[in-house]
Amino acid sequence: MIKRVYLFLFVNVFMINLATAGLTIEITEGVEDALPIAIVPFKWAGEGAPPEDIAAIVNADLSRSGQFAPMGEKDMLAKPTSPKQIRFKNWRMMDMPNLVIGQLRPTVDKAYTVEFRLFDVYRQKQITGFKYKAQPGQLRKIAHKISDLVFEELTGIKGAFDTKIVYIKKFSNKDPKPYRLYLSDADTFNEQEIMRHHMPLFSPTWSPDNKNLAFAMAGSRGQGIFVFDVTTGKAPKRVTKRSMKASAPAWSPDGKKMAMQVYENGSTDIYTMDLQTKKMQRITRHWSIDAEPSWAPDGKSLVFMSERGGSPQIYQYSFDTKKISRLTFKGRYNTRPSFSPDSKSITFVHLSPNNGYNIAVMNLDTKEMSIAADSGKGESEHESPSFAPNGSMIIYAANYSQKGKRGRKTGLVAVSVDGNMRQHFIDKGVGEVREPAWSSYLN
Amino acid sequence: MKPVIKLVIAILPVLLLIGCGSKEVKEDDTSATEDARVVVDGGASTAGASEGERLGDELGGQGQAGAGDQVAEEPVEPARDLLSERKIYFDFDESDIKDEFREVLQAHAEFLVSNPSASLVIEGHCDERGTREYNMALGERRAHSVFQFLTLQGVGKNQVRTVSFGEERPDVEGHDESAWKWNRRAVFVYAE
Repeated sequence: MIKRVYLFLFVNVFMINLATAGLTIEITEGVEDALPIAIVPFKWAGEGAPPEDIAAIVNADLSRSGQFAPMGEKDMLAKPTSPKQIRFKNWRMMDMPNLVIGQLRPTVDKAYTVEFRLFDVYRQKQITGFKYKAQPGQLRKIAHKISDLVFEELTGIKGAFDTKIVYIKKFSNKDPKPYRLYLSDADTFNEQEIMRHHMPLFSPTWSPDNKNLAFAMAGSRGQGIFVFDVTTGKAPKRVTKRSMKASAPAWSPDGKKMAMQVYENGSTDIYTMDLQTKKMQRITRHWSIDAEPSWAPDGKSLVFMSERGGSPQIYQYSFDTKKISRLTFKGRYNTRPSFSPDSKSITFVHLSPNNGYNIAVMNLDTKEMSIAADSGKGESEHESPSFAPNGSMIIYAANYSQKGKRGRKTGLVAVSVDGNMRQHFIDKGVGEVREPAWSSYLN
Repeated sequence: MKPVIKLVIAILPVLLLIGCGSKEVKEDDTSATEDARVVVDGGASTAGASEGERLGDELGGQGQAGAGDQVAEEPVEPARDLLSERKIYFDFDESDIKDEFREVLQAHAEFLVSNPSASLVIEGHCDERGTREYNMALGERRAHSVFQFLTLQGVGKNQVRTVSFGEERPDVEGHDESAWKWNRRAVFVYAE
């Protein structure tokens, strides 16, 4: 298992590894029906302080999902780190059904071994357990893998903690290259800058195999869609013709095509492009704005926003019937749709009657809309929602207005799809965080 | 002594305006074109000629009155140099050209028509409301409105290019209408 650790290689001059996470996590809303779990601090068998607090990372991951309620360390009566030390009776008395213990040890070759076990307290049995070897710098990743396994064992849904996100940061206009593309772990740690540019960079998105990133760039000579190969780190390549005003890339599930919005002769429409032959196929033909396509993971349809009905609303194009149908009817503004991994729902930005930019989710079978993240009465503005690969969470960017201040605080927010749990990753840096996109499973 | 100074001050702007309208000054009037940030060789001064002359004529009477025994004390409004206006503004979520900016566009159209070698990039911009990609499309639409206006006036299609910056390059930082109204704009950038 451990040998399969997936690594992104960066060898390019564009790369500047910042590695420090300028983001802090703040849990703002809790849940009542979450699964109780005790994650005991791992034993550290080396000298000094442990290099990473594995249990704390697992704790934060599971909390963020909204489906777990990890026990506070101070409430633990005992802190076993090996199976022999567990007194199941004690945990039963505290109504604690699930227990995670583990150890972290240094190895002679300056690496680490991480061992963890998940127990069913009532049956007094180990549910799962693994031992990993980790290089320095991989410990957070191992912790996310542990979270993934625990999550899957106890919910039946594959965990999506060991995944990546891509996003844009916009720095001050005084900066000669204020637009920057970043990668990080799903919890915003291990932030890495991919590239910076003086022209606006926007709409970053992952190829289905996570090997490439596509993004759009604006500019009088440069507008178009670019692809960056994450595995080689070579300079991004333009994939659209230089004369083409294309943006909003969205990969097809097989990675061979890309949907995009293209402006031509006064009108913006949706097209698809064969990435190999560069052949364009026109999907929409309407004088109003058609924009922001998202390709269904089942390959059967595209969703996009259009003003054809008089206000920005979300429409679906079926590749099978070639028909376009309107999906949203509630509200005068619904934009930036993005599919769930199972193609059964979409998330999008919905303007509420009190002018809040909310994150909404629509079930495509029932056409029922729910609000996953309410922005209140304009104290924050939400944008660019993107589903986790297991469909249980949505990440989006938020602007928080600060009374009496000119600038706004920005951050990324992870919210459980039911809206019960929200976790804010506030950027303490100067850049404005925008447009997060969640990768698919790394392995 | 005093009345003389007063007189000079009063007619100075008038004299300057008349000067602008006169041919000799016009030919080497490079400083004026630079002030107006026209980066087109020689063309702008020619285009401004009719405007300058017209104003000069209008002001002639006043200037003469000032030269007589009466002193003209009213301040003279500076000439509106329409070509030096490089930005027009739009209503929220709209791309229609507002009436107040038709005059500006007309001046640019005339200039481009009489200078077929001049070329213009029209940038379309939006305020921060709405999604980025939607605003990219809206910015294109605003630039296209200007493009259509100019080409309908006879400007060559190869003289004008459009580009959208969506909401990415606000002119004024801020998160309310006081900033937004300056950010919903089309900007004219003349190429050399």
